[in-house]
Amino acid sequence: MDIIYAIWLRNVKRYVRSKSRIVGSLGMPLFFLLVLGFGLNSVVVIPGTGEGYLEFLVPGVIAMTVLFTSISSGVQIIWDKQFGFLKETLVAPVSRLEIMLGQTLGGATTAFIQGVIILVLSVFIGLNIVSAVGFLIAFLFMILIGIAFTAFGIAIASRMEDMHGFQLIMNFVIFPIFGLSGALFPIDSLPSWLKPVALLDPLTYGVEGLRYGLSGTAQIDPMVCFVVLAGFTIAMTVLGSYLFRKITI
Amino acid sequence: MSAIHVENLTRMFHDFVAVNKISFDIESGEIFGLLGPNGAGKTTTISMLSTMLKPTSGTATVNGRDLLTDEDGVRKSIGIVFQDQSLDEELTAYENMDFHGRLYRIPKNIREERIFELLTLVELEERKNDLVKTFSGGMRRRLEIARGLLHRPKVLFLDEPTLGLDPQTRNHLWKYIEQLNEEMGITIILTTHYMEEADRLCDRIAIIDHGTIIALDTAQNLKNKVGGDVVTIQTPDGDRISSTITAPWVEQIEQRDGYVTINLHNADKHLSEIVTLLNGNEIEITSISVRKPTLEDVFLYYTGRTIREQEADGREAIRMRMVHRTARR
Repeated sequence: MDIIYAIWLRNVKRYVRSKSRIVGSLGMPLFFLLVLGFGLNSVVVIPGTGEGYLEFLVPGVIAMTVLFTSISSGVQIIWDKQFGFLKETLVAPVSRLEIMLGQTLGGATTAFIQGVIILVLSVFIGLNIVSAVGFLIAFLFMILIGIAFTAFGIAIASRMEDMHGFQLIMNFVIFPIFGLSGALFPIDSLPSWLKPVALLDPLTYGVEGLRYGLSGTAQIDPMVCFVVLAGFTIAMTVLGSYLFRKITI
Repeated sequence: MSAIHVENLTRMFHDFVAVNKISFDIESGEIFGLLGPNGAGKTTTISMLSTMLKPTSGTATVNGRDLLTDEDGVRKSIGIVFQDQSLDEELTAYENMDFHGRLYRIPKNIREERIFELLTLVELEERKNDLVKTFSGGMRRRLEIARGLLHRPKVLFLDEPTLGLDPQTRNHLWKYIEQLNEEMGITIILTTHYMEEADRLCDRIAIIDHGTIIALDTAQNLKNKVGGDVVTIQTPDGDRISSTITAPWVEQIEQRDGYVTINLHNADKHLSEIVTLLNGNEIEITSISVRKPTLEDVFLYYTGRTIREQEADGREAIRMRMVHRTARR
């Protein structure tokens, strides 16, 4: 537990210190919120809910923030590898599992904080708070998304030699996960051939869970969302640990 | 008990043999050097002894712990300063130390005390709250050494500890290393391709080339094996010197272009004798110099090439391997 805490602490310290990274990674979600939210608010009506597009969009943008932050936190071990710091942890008398879990929880924490910042900003922009319990539900889903995708990032990073392949992962893995998730549109309105694809995307369940928490309505049963996302989180943690164990310097 | 015992340790990368059946013993409290050109297998050896890399075959014990069956025992016994930097630049000196202390499960109060002690030792106490990215190369090296000592290892590995440092910093670091060895009795194994570093620091030196140890002894014995010293005298009447100096310790005497070179063992001992003899016979000495054999001569003796030639070759070999790897993908 001490080891996991030590690695978690290092990650959080680095995060708090990198002010430019914090501000920088909030830029895109804010842009989405303001431009898409206000730009499309009067044009788009979400069928079946009666809410405006902005309110529909907020959970999606929060999920996006958590997704991007957590994956890049996970992939950070490539930098540790390149700058040599990973050796310092790998040569210590600690298990790989502890290192991996510390890294995962650290990444998930930073991703969660980024998500909370967007959530708070959304309240200022005009999000109505439905209930305190809803907030807690939203937090739960943010944490799950954070853990799952940090572990996913670690799994990817364990197989990568350097950062060159990251752009490829970004374009062909991360953006599709985000785009297909129903963060920007209701999945019920998708053509029938595309909807099953969205339902295969684990982030869909995160977005819908968040949406249930923040607006009280969702297109997928929140219990289903929780079970699927929690299962995915466990699977990714196992996969990440497995691949990280085989990492060589 | 020997601090490190290595037996037929071998590591292959595909069909390239990086380390080939090396065996040696390092006594407790010794400073042991692995000297050789880049690509000779020094770092691979260190990587295996520090559990970073699994040996292809062979065995070794570090501090009595078996490399193959007791990885954690080995890890607890060793401290290591890697060839490439391994600090977190976004953390302060203190935080880097603290992180290390936590990884080795050192209780908080002992941890704080030792961090203070060690940072004072390497003269970084005043900079402890500065981010490592503001540190110079020498300061980083010192911090890494301090960090490697935090958990009180029995054996300290230093992989090219002074690579890329300026001569002043290098001297400074050498003093630290000697101090650590004398005061704390830590066994130190270091790799280097600097002759003078091995010469100055190491009790015993293993010369390693193409993955095999080709010679292992004290620096003095290695040099003695190669041959004696050379005294060069510049003088206008060289002809008379050869008839004047006929002592039994002279091995060879030659004169050419106003210079007389004398080959002998232990030139230090006989130098005054030579000068007295020449003065007594009123032979003018314009200048006199003594050249001791260096480890460079030793390396040349055993491999038939200087370490620099070898290095150019080593780089070539590495490049060939890279090409090979790329082609395979």
